[in-house]
Amino acid sequence: MAQNTLYNKVWNAHVVDRLPTGQDQLFIGLHLIHEVTSPQAFDMISEKNMSILFPQRTFATVDHIVPTTQQTRPFQDDQAEAMMGAIEKNVKKYGIQFLNFESGLQGIVHVIGPELGLTQPGLTIACGDSHTSTHGAFGTLAFGIGTTQVRDVLATQCLAMDPLKVRKIEINGKLSKGVFAKDVTLFVIQKLTVKGGLGYAYEYAGEVFSSMNMEERMTVCNMAIEGGARVGYVNPDTTTFQYLKNRKFAPPSNEFDQAIKYWKTVASDLTAQYDDQVQWHASEISPVVTWGITPGQSVGVSDRLPDPSEMSPEDKKLAELAYRHMKLSPRHPILGTPIDVAFVGSCTNSRISDLREAAQIVRGRKVSKKVKAFVVPGSQQIKKQAEQEGLNHIFMEAGFEWRHAGCSMCLAMNPDKLQGDQIAASSSNRNFIGRQGSQEGRTLLMSPAMVALAAIEGQIRDVREVYQ
Amino acid sequence: MKGITQLTGRGISIEGNDIDTDRIIPARYLKEITFSNMGKYPFFDERFDAHGNSKNHPFNEARFQGASILIVNKNFGCGSSREHAPQALMRFGIQAIVGESFAEIFAGNCTMLGMPVVTLLESEIQQIQKKVQDNPQIQLTLDFLQKKLLMEHQPWFEFQMHPSRYQAIVHGTWDSTGLLLGNLDKIKQVAQQLPYLNHFQMFKT
Repeated sequence: MAQNTLYNKVWNAHVVDRLPTGQDQLFIGLHLIHEVTSPQAFDMISEKNMSILFPQRTFATVDHIVPTTQQTRPFQDDQAEAMMGAIEKNVKKYGIQFLNFESGLQGIVHVIGPELGLTQPGLTIACGDSHTSTHGAFGTLAFGIGTTQVRDVLATQCLAMDPLKVRKIEINGKLSKGVFAKDVTLFVIQKLTVKGGLGYAYEYAGEVFSSMNMEERMTVCNMAIEGGARVGYVNPDTTTFQYLKNRKFAPPSNEFDQAIKYWKTVASDLTAQYDDQVQWHASEISPVVTWGITPGQSVGVSDRLPDPSEMSPEDKKLAELAYRHMKLSPRHPILGTPIDVAFVGSCTNSRISDLREAAQIVRGRKVSKKVKAFVVPGSQQIKKQAEQEGLNHIFMEAGFEWRHAGCSMCLAMNPDKLQGDQIAASSSNRNFIGRQGSQEGRTLLMSPAMVALAAIEGQIRDVREVYQ
Repeated sequence: MKGITQLTGRGISIEGNDIDTDRIIPARYLKEITFSNMGKYPFFDERFDAHGNSKNHPFNEARFQGASILIVNKNFGCGSSREHAPQALMRFGIQAIVGESFAEIFAGNCTMLGMPVVTLLESEIQQIQKKVQDNPQIQLTLDFLQKKLLMEHQPWFEFQMHPSRYQAIVHGTWDSTGLLLGNLDKIKQVAQQLPYLNHFQMFKT
């Protein structure tokens, strides 16, 4: 059993009681809500005439359904407008802080929590969204939850939770140029499979993660859930503390040193024990591209697609389904696969460093005539920052569309959707069938730099060539 | 709430590993602000093409209508945390899911709705899937007190259930709000001890 890890320390500090079911009642330090998974929870609260126990510890924003082109109200989509109306009504009724369009702080919930300094080491965080694992980048335990659990957090600031095991994923060495955090997280999923993390929290450790900036760590933790691990985290260090300084909801300067003292205590001890440990070296990782219908079906960009006849019977079945859907062929290279759409965005890769990397590839070049390319910044603040740096001009001059902040084509709940069997190079996190808004639509996941290059070339290319 | 000690019904099988919640319910149906219509949508894009024509799918087959025990394979319900997925299955008529393994958020969501998820070995699941395919009329019984899955004229299987999920189902305590709120004083105590809610005072030098 794991001992003296960050997971153990943070969990133990938040245990309220042991419940009759054998679960722990865990206090939730920060609750984030958005328009899609909260309205039914508020209805349950209202039907039972309950109140919200710590309204000041819940923060709301809108991201999933927001249009990224034209945002005037009412929205053209009646259902989106109804969702917007519901969250506006609920935050008002219960006195919850709402980071809406007018605040200038709106954005994807997992982008703005860190950006505003709400996400801090040592917290437990919950949100009705599986990519809540993102916040683990700061040394938090951050849980994606369902709507009935959202109700529990609203009513009690607690969750009934089963403890997890802890797996230490250690990667040492230095990533080569053109290999990004996205490639690291896809590599880990490829190695451990999409179900390898069931029952585990992932601790990402070693030189690769400690030398990453906070945005890169967020990209890694964001996709812990795609490996089956509900929680992923990186131990907090100076990089974490520096990032948080002077952010809107971070501890004020007269408390900051005390906060750092606390944050240092939550990191895993050097003598910590783990339920499982795995190790790789950075040199094993190249730019990764998914070819199938789960984030585990991926190859290095210079590799050939796998042959189902060489797979175990169960992998073979899923691979055959994937090949039928993707209209790709075994043993062919992924390099040169033509694309129709290029999407830079999502809670995985829509932060300023992602946009800078993509812009650097795009600068002075033109998007292929047959590709529709667009950039959706993760938040209003990122959009503003990018515009101050002139990144929007670089993208637009190349032929990219420059959009407002939101989840957009990661899950296509807004008007941004693939059409028919279009194939997208996407910096998002899921290549599930139908994920990007068309039941025949196809998704290739990769880093934002790889997406940018695919947009220019009209096909999958190896971004390492650009950096040579 | 009353606990569930036994469920009997006909089976319906969905084969395949890593069936994600986007496949169980496409995101466009999450735009409704209540769960009331969700029973219309399970596996929608696998059941209907873009023009609304029926495709070949167990949930469309007449012989499986009225089935209440869903049989699945590994890592069922992976991906998004959307509770709309178990809501869709439950409102379609599914009362319990039997599989090789489940994604955690999904299994937790099912339990919170009072819909048990139980696990069996790969070979056992394959046998049950075959029986159900061959004879959709066969009655399956989940006996939670004995942790047994029984089928007419067949040997029984012993199933596994996560201990806390088992307790919640058998004792009818899946609606956790009351349980949690019962510890109100302790909740406030923990809040008073957490450094980040108290200006980190305990770390003042």
